[in-house]
Amino acid sequence: MRPETPGMASRRPSRHLIFNAFCHNIIDRQKADSMKRKINLTINGKSFTDEVEPRMLLIHYLREVAGFTGPHIGCETSICGACTVALDGKAVKSCTMFAVQADGREVTTIEGLATNGQLHPVQEAFWNEHALQCGFCTPGMIMTSKQLLERNPHPTEEEIRHGIEGNLCRCTGYQHIVNAVKAAAAKAGA
Amino acid sequence: MIPQNFEYSAPGNLRDALALLAGGNAKVLAGGMSLIPLMKLRLAAPEHLVDLGRVADLKSIREEGGTIRIGATATHYDIESSPLVRGKCPLLAEAASNIGDVQVRNMGTIGGSIAHADPAADYPASFLALEAQVRIASAKGERTVTIEQFLVDALTTALEPGEIVREIIVPVEPANAGVSYQKMVQPASGFAIVGAAARVRKSGGKVAFVRVGVTGLAAKAFRATGVEKLLEGTSGSPADVQKAAAVVSDGADANTDLHASASYRLQMAKVYTARALTQALSRAS
Ligand SMILES: Cc1cc2nc3c(=O)[nH]c(=O)nc-3n(C[C@H](O)[C@H](O)[C@H](O)COP(=O)(O)OP(=O)(O)OC[C@H]3O[C@@H](n4cnc5c(N)ncnc54)[C@H](O)[C@@H]3O)c2cc1C
Ligand code: FES
Ligand code: FES
Repeated sequence: MRPETPGMASRRPSRHLIFNAFCHNIIDRQKADSMKRKINLTINGKSFTDEVEPRMLLIHYLREVAGFTGPHIGCETSICGACTVALDGKAVKSCTMFAVQADGREVTTIEGLATNGQLHPVQEAFWNEHALQCGFCTPGMIMTSKQLLERNPHPTEEEIRHGIEGNLCRCTGYQHIVNAVKAAAAKAGA
Repeated sequence: MIPQNFEYSAPGNLRDALALLAGGNAKVLAGGMSLIPLMKLRLAAPEHLVDLGRVADLKSIREEGGTIRIGATATHYDIESSPLVRGKCPLLAEAASNIGDVQVRNMGTIGGSIAHADPAADYPASFLALEAQVRIASAKGERTVTIEQFLVDALTTALEPGEIVREIIVPVEPANAGVSYQKMVQPASGFAIVGAAARVRKSGGKVAFVRVGVTGLAAKAFRATGVEKLLEGTSGSPADVQKAAAVVSDGADANTDLHASASYRLQMAKVYTARALTQALSRAS
């Protein structure tokens, strides 16, 4: 801990400064409110309409406003892929996108994959092949793997590894994830 | 990580987009793959973003008079998967497929990449080897510049306030040409530590045409004319390739960063240029 230095008291903000900051805060909030925009999007087949600040990231909208906590926040710096969702069928990192960009579009999160309690084939393959340990990366990993198989139903091992490059896993060492993607491909081909 | 607040517009056509940008206060948002990370770190804090994502026709990829014209908001995925680009400008498809990861390629655009002018970006090597042209638009009109005029310095381009990249124009590759893009990958981000793009044509057992572009090595990507001159007219033997590639770094002011020192980059530029030339030659007929 830093010792209290002489002159410290004089560095405390004066009442005047606090009042100023308070006013600015109100002005900022009013400005932010006036910047808000109405968005309407479909998430997992359901329509959502909300007013959001343009700076709200899609991942924050999904988790905090719409209540879909399946997509995770891992790095928040566009690297780990834990936040991956499908936007109009394309895998995207929802931490690197504003919610307003998704206006009028269709978002699918991990919660939207199972139908009538039946796991999606990629989810099932992750289960069967033990493709997860802590599970933190799994929602993103599955969304990316799903995209990979949609574009290339019979990928080679190398193509699988190239396809999931944007998703990091700190637990599995990837081998079981690659196995799961292979198994899902084989099952779809059978 | 929450960016500073901003006003957001999503115009549906080019004219409206250019009018919004004309004031000079607004910044373009395309795929957001470079801009949003900067905004989250508050290294960028634009007051107003004009999203080009909904501008009709800015995404098209078409062939016209011996050239392929790629709209600024075509994504890296649109480019790597376009039958037209794969068939008639395979170098660009190869470069696009090497960018980042699938999520980045689904969102990131060719116009955004070139406007951002990251010294480690993949496309510039290919653009230089292709002698690409950049069509620029603003509310005042249009102009077309060469890629060499466009790339001014690291993160600096010839774009003036209010201007956007509208199209990238590349030539249709002759069927007998061979091309290759070889990249030393920075494993965390996927960016190029160095990347070399080569186009070659053979005629009568000799190398008749060579173009080489290099990215990642210096503050801006450059065309390696020294390499081209040395290889042209030779039989394209492995020894010829090595000799030509050896001069790629001549005169280059190489970058140093945490991933690679300048001397390592200079050496790797030679290795990757030789690899690109070798593969391009093996693909040429
Ligand atoms: C995890 C990750 C890995 C990556 N790996 C690579 C890689 O390996 N190789 C590589 O080359 N790149 C890589 N990138 C960068 C990526 O290619 C970006 O997509 C690209 O650099 C920016 O394109 P964008 O459409 O996303 O532009 P944005 O981020 O939206 O914009 C970037 C800049 O360009 C301006 N701009 C955008 N479009 C236009 C236009 N039409 N006219 C004028 N100005 C415009 C914006 O105002 C902004 O200043 C990576 C990015 C991430 C997040
Ligand atoms: S949280 Fe989005 S990429 Fe890591
Ligand atoms: S299972 Fe723990 S991060 Fe992948």
